[in-house]
Formats: sequence, structure tokens, C-alpha cells
Amino acid sequence: MIEVHGLVKVFGLKPILRGLDLRLDEGEFVALLGPNGAGKTTLLRILASLSRPTAGEVKVGGHPLPARAGEARRILGVVSHQPLLYGDLSAEENLKFYGRMYGVPRLDQRIAQVLKTVGLWPRRRDLVREFSRGMQQRLSIGRAILHDPLVVLFDEPHTGLDQEASAMLDEVLQQVAARGRTVLMTSHDLTRASDLAERIDILSKGVIAGSYRRGEIAASELPEIYREVTRA
Amino acid sequence: MPEAASLPGTLGAVQDLSFGSRLRGYLRAIGAVVWKDLAAELRSRELLGAMLVFALLVILIFNFALELDVRARQTVTSGVLWATFTFAGTLGLNRSMAIEKDRGCLDGLLLAPVDRSALYFGKMLGNLASMMIVEAIVLPVYSVLYSTNLFNPGLLLVILLGSIGYTVVGTLLSAMAVQARTRDVLLPILLFPVILPVLVAAVKASTGYLQGLEAVDILPWLNLIIVFDVIFTAVAFMVFDYVVEE
Repeated sequence: MIEVHGLVKVFGLKPILRGLDLRLDEGEFVALLGPNGAGKTTLLRILASLSRPTAGEVKVGGHPLPARAGEARRILGVVSHQPLLYGDLSAEENLKFYGRMYGVPRLDQRIAQVLKTVGLWPRRRDLVREFSRGMQQRLSIGRAILHDPLVVLFDEPHTGLDQEASAMLDEVLQQVAARGRTVLMTSHDLTRASDLAERIDILSKGVIAGSYRRGEIAASELPEIYREVTRA
Repeated sequence: MPEAASLPGTLGAVQDLSFGSRLRGYLRAIGAVVWKDLAAELRSRELLGAMLVFALLVILIFNFALELDVRARQTVTSGVLWATFTFAGTLGLNRSMAIEKDRGCLDGLLLAPVDRSALYFGKMLGNLASMMIVEAIVLPVYSVLYSTNLFNPGLLLVILLGSIGYTVVGTLLSAMAVQARTRDVLLPILLFPVILPVLVAAVKASTGYLQGLEAVDILPWLNLIIVFDVIFTAVAFMVFDYVVEE
């Protein structure tokens, strides 16, 4: 579902990604770990067709980027650091706007379904600017899954959330994965990543420096492995 | 016509490649952006409020500063009007794109599976609507303050065409300027030299209608505005994708 070969991204003279290879099969849930500045967000932005690769091949759902970015975006949902929501619109209006942009059929029914999934149905008419960070993040996930994408990219979705909101987010992530969607999530939280994902990839110095399937290593070993891989 | 094939498991992913279907999707996206901008603005009134107060202050200041007689008022009217629309419009253009950038919503728009020029036309029409609302309020106030009748069909046409030219270029350049830290200063510096031809033509055509000149004297200026509108609409259509790309 996601294929990346020899991906290079350079900002000015500074290389961020240095020949990165990555593959996610259909229905796989992969957590991407790495220190700050390793290039996690850059990789996600390239996969989301928000940034062009300097070199290398990138395909999402078989669509090469950036040549067929429009087709790739159709099957893609993205949850980023920022909620990508309009504060002066209500939760329902935000989803209505994005639903129209994606051409979602039977939009009102779908919005109701999504708002119930993320637990915001009772607050559907409230303005987003009145929402807490956790509620905005939940609505952001609702926005990302509104068109039922085949691939969902989560960029550090737990950042700034309290325990309750994080637990609710985990539930939504598991629901998305249980529906056979391909999920790529970046995170700094090793425990959460190993609980949720089937595979953990560690990004360091612009390449995938380590890749571990669930069961190959114990969760307790992960911090040590992470330290070794990112230090090397 | 290729058969419509839906991608399994995704909503709204019907990949009907016919021209009609793509056009409907394109127009739907433009409509969604305009609806979103107007709905948010009607609730916050941030943008319109600032533009309107600024525009009214400008015509008030000119009214006191110039102390004109009736004849002189007719001569300066088009200049004062276009200076007011231009400066008030810059406020609106800056704010309209800053709203998208500050909360990362620009990325949300860019993620949509539509041709990015649809986003441009949506924003442009939203900006044009704001500008027209301000103009609709400023014109009667100006008429009262300066004792000049501005409700001349020819003048209204010039204002419409000039405003289109202004927002066509302004929306494109504000998408460029919004990426910079100094966007508030950068936009007027980029915008005013580019819109100079349309401003000069709009002022000349407006003066022509206010002074009751023959159509043959006004037509060259009107044609210049129309040509400017068409050329810059085409340019924006072609380059917007590159302007907003990282």
C-alpha cells in the first residue's frame, strides 16, 4: 500500500532523508519512531503529497508521487500535529466542509457516524475554538477518516493529550486498524507504539535503521534497542 | 466515456473520469471553500469588520483633509475610492490567507483530492465577496459625505471588473506572502506594483463615467481591465499549485 525506495529529501543544503526504503502492506499498522529531527514528519508530508521528494520513488496505493498525487490523496487520511480545523465553524460544519471537498456521499449520515465514533456527537454544534486540545484531536481524527481512507497517516497524534484523551485516541486507532486500514503512525512513546503497532520501524539519520515485528522483541527490550539504533 | 469504478472500502472515491464528473467535483470544491470562508466570516466578522472600519475611516479622513468644492470632488472621487478599496482589500487578503496558515488549515485544503486551482478560485471568490460587501457599504456612505451620486451603472461595472482584477492577483500573491514571517509587509510590496495597470485603468474609467465622457473615451481603459483580469486568472490557474507547494 505504501512503497518508498531510495527517498532523498534535502532542505537547502541539509539532507533530511538519505535514501530511505519503506514498505507497508495492506492492513499493516506500523509505528515509526525516531528522535527529533530524524525526518519523521518530512516523510509523512511526502507521503501525503504535501512536499516533493528530492529523489527516489514513492507510491501510495500504487499511485506514484508526485505525478498522481490527486489519486493518492483520495485514499489517504492525515492526522498531523495541528488539527487542520476551523475554529469559527462547529464540529459538524468542519466535517461538512471536508466531506464536500472529498465528495463523500450521504454526507449527513456519515458525519453523524464519525462524530459518534470519536465521541463528539453531543458537541456537534459547538464551535471548534471552544474545544479542548483532546477534543480537537478527536475531531481531527474524525476529519481524517471521514472519507474512509485506505491509508491513514498519524503524526504524533498523542502529543499534548491527557491520559483519558490518549486512551480514547488509542481506541479510535485500534478501530481504524481493525477495519483493515493501513496505518503509519509516528511517535516518541515507545510503550504506546509497541502496544498498538504490528511493526516498529526506527528512523535515524535519514534512513530506517531498525525494523522489528511484534513478538520479535519484548516490549521491555525496546528502549534499549531504540537507544542503540539511534546512537549508532 | 470510461465506466465509473469505485475503489473498495472508501467513501467518495468514485473514480469517474468523465469530464462532467470532474467538472462537478471541481465546482463542488470551489463552492465548499467559498461556503466555508463566508460561514466562518459571518460568525467571527473579523475580516469584514476590519476592512469596513478601515475603509470608512479613509473616506472620512479624505473628506476632512481635502476640503473640496463640488467640482473638485468629482475629479478626486475615483482616486479616493480606489485608494480606499485597495488598502481595505489588502487587509482582507492578508487575513484570509493567514487564517488558513496559522492553524495549519492550508495543509487540510492541500490534502483534498481536487485540482489545487479549485482552492485558488474558492479563496479568490471568497475574497471578492468580502470586497464587494465592503464596497456596497462604502459607496452610499461616500455618496452622502461627498454629495456625489456614485450609482452609475458604468461606474459599478468598473468597480466590479477592477475588484476582480485586484482579488485575482491579490489571492495569488497572498498565498505566496503567507509563507513568509513578514507577510503583512510583504503582501503590499508584492501586490501594488503588479496591480498598477488595473488600478490606473480603473481610476481613469471611473473618472470617465463620473465626468460623463463618451463611451469611446472610456472603452480602452475598460478593455485594459478585462484583458488584465483574463491574463492573471489564467496565470493564477497555471501557477497556484507551485505557489502553495513546500
